Amino acid sequence: MSTTNKHVDFFRRKDHLVNGGANRASEKQMALGKLTARDRITALLDVDSFYEFDLFVEHRCRDFDMDKKVLPGDGVITGTGSIMGYPVCIYAQDFTVAGGSLGLMHARKITKIMDHAIKMGMPIIGINDSGGARIQEGVDSLAGYGEIFYRNTLASGIVPQISVILGPCAGGAVYSPALTDFVFVVDNISKMFITGPEVIKTVLGEEISMEDLGGARVHSEISGNAHFYARNELECFHKIKQLFTFIPWNNRKKAGRYPVKPPKAKFDIERIVPMDSRKPYDVRHVICALCDNSEFLDVHAGWAANIVVGFARIDGETVGIVANQPMVLAGVLDVDSSDKAARFIRFCDAFGIPLITFVDLPGYLPGVDQEHAGVIRHGAKLLYAFSEATVPKITVILRKAYGGGYIAMCSRHLGADFVVAWPTAEIAVMGPEGAANIIFRNEIASAADPAEMRRLKVAEYTEKFANPYVAAASGHIDAVISPAATRDFLIHAIQVSANKSESRPYKKHGIPPA
Amino acid sequence: MSAVPLPESLRELVIGEVPYETRYTKKFEMRTPYVPPDPRHVRCVIPGIVLTVAVRKGMRVSGGDPLLVLEAMKMQNQVVSPHEGIIRAICVSAGDAVTKGQVLLEFE
Repeated sequence: MSTTNKHVDFFRRKDHLVNGGANRASEKQMALGKLTARDRITALLDVDSFYEFDLFVEHRCRDFDMDKKVLPGDGVITGTGSIMGYPVCIYAQDFTVAGGSLGLMHARKITKIMDHAIKMGMPIIGINDSGGARIQEGVDSLAGYGEIFYRNTLASGIVPQISVILGPCAGGAVYSPALTDFVFVVDNISKMFITGPEVIKTVLGEEISMEDLGGARVHSEISGNAHFYARNELECFHKIKQLFTFIPWNNRKKAGRYPVKPPKAKFDIERIVPMDSRKPYDVRHVICALCDNSEFLDVHAGWAANIVVGFARIDGETVGIVANQPMVLAGVLDVDSSDKAARFIRFCDAFGIPLITFVDLPGYLPGVDQEHAGVIRHGAKLLYAFSEATVPKITVILRKAYGGGYIAMCSRHLGADFVVAWPTAEIAVMGPEGAANIIFRNEIASAADPAEMRRLKVAEYTEKFANPYVAAASGHIDAVISPAATRDFLIHAIQVSANKSESRPYKKHGIPPA
Repeated sequence: MSAVPLPESLRELVIGEVPYETRYTKKFEMRTPYVPPDPRHVRCVIPGIVLTVAVRKGMRVSGGDPLLVLEAMKMQNQVVSPHEGIIRAICVSAGDAVTKGQVLLEFE
C-alpha cells in the first residue's frame, strides 16, 4: 500500500467511526431535543480544542451474534479539551450506538480518561446518555460499572467531577453521577432511577411515568440528586461553563482570580433584612449586595431551598456561601438542608475555597417526619462538615441565631476564623417567647393576668438577650459590624486568611455521620 | 395566628412558639401527617401480591401463627400474627396487589 493509500484508508476508517450510529438514530435523538454525543462535546468545549482518545476501540463480545456487529467507538466518545482555556477530560455516551449501552470496552475507555484526569489534575466531565448495561456482555458489563465507581471515589476531592445527564441513566449507572460533585439535568431529557416504571409496575403494581419517577424536576426539587437544572441542553452547557469560572482545576491549585467588580447598586444592603425577625426576605439579595458584580451561582437552587449554598467572588477570589433562607420554611435546618450544606462545605474544603456563612434561623424543623427521617444524624453532618473544614471560615450573623442552629451555622465553637454580627443579630439559647415561658413559668402562672405577665416577661427577655452584645461580651463573636461595612470586612478577612494553615492529628479518614 | 392575612405565597410556620411568615417547599407540602400505629391492625410492610390467606374471620390465633403469604420481590413472605387474638376482618384476598402500609387484617 502506498503512503497515499494509507492516508486514504485512515480517513475512510476515521470517517466511518466519527459518524457514529445510523443517521436514523441521530434523527430520532434530535427529535427528542437532544444533540448527538459529538455535537454535545463540540458545544461544550472551546472551538477545535477536542482531542479524541480510543476512536478505534472495538468490543470483544462474541456471544449472541455480537461478533457480527460493529459499534463505532463502542458507544462512547472520550478525550481531552478545554473550556474557556481550562483543561478538561470528557466522555460522552453515544445513544445512537447500541443505545449507548455500557460494555467492558466502553467502560475501559471511560476509566482510561478518568485515570488521565486524576494524573493530570484536570476536571472530568461525564455526559450520560445510555440505556444501561450491555446485557449481551453479561457480567463484563457489570465489571465496567464497578471500575468506574472505583475511580469516581479515587478522584473525589482530587479533581472536580461533573456529571451531565442528557438521556436515560438507569440502574447501576446512576451511581457514577451520585459519586461525583455536581450533577446537571435537563427538563424532559434527563431520566434517572434505580428501578424504572416498568419494574415498579410489575413488582409493586404502582403506576408512574418516567418523568414523575426520575425526571429533571424530581431530582432538582424532591430527591436532591441533581445540583443544576436547565430547560435545554445549551442552557445546561452555559451553566457548566459558569461553574468552571468558580472552581479550581484540582485540589493543588487555587481557583482563578477574576477582575474585581463592585456589587450592583440595586442591591441595597441597608434595606434587605426587616427588623421584625418574623418577617421573611430573600437572603440571596444579601449575598448579591456583598459579592463581586452581584454574581452568585446558586447550587441545588430548587432543593431544600431553606438553605442557600453556592459560589460567588469577593475581591476577585472564589468563595463558597452557605446561608439560611428566611424566605423558605423560615430558614430552618432540617434533614435535606443539612445534607445540602454539608456536601457543599466538603467540596469547598477539598478544593481550598474559603467559606462564608450567613446566619438567620429560628432552629430546627419540628415534626415526626423529621425525627423519623433521622434529623439527628443528618443534622450531625453539618456540624461535622463545618468542624472538619480547614479553609478560611467566616461567619456573619444577620439576625436570629438561636440554640443548636446557632452552633451548627459555623459558630466560633466549630472553628470559625471570623465571627461577626450585625446590630440586628439576636444570639440566644432560644427565641424570647420560648425562653420567657420556661424561665418565668412560675411568675406567669401565678400572675393575676398571665397573658400580660407573659408579654412583659417576653419583652424583658428580648430587651436583655435578643442582641449580639451578650455573645460579644463572652467573646463568642469577634465584632459587631454594620451592614454597610460588611463587604470591606469580608475583603479584609479573605486577604488576611490567605496563608491560613491549620494542622490536625493524623488519621486515615474521619467517619462522617451518614 | 396572625391577624393580617399573609401575602398569597407566604404561609405561617411556628418554631419555638413564634409564627414566622415564609414559603413552604414542595416536599414540606407533600409530607403526610403521623398516625399512631393501631395494634389491632396488621399492615403490609412491603408491596406485593397476596398468594394465600391462612385464616378466617372469627378465628382465634396465637402469636407466631401464619396469617397469609405475600409474594414480594420474587420471595414468598409469610406474614405471621404479632400477638394472640381473634380475627375481626380480613381486608384482602388471594391475588390482591397490596401496597406498603395497607391494612391486611384486623383483630378484635
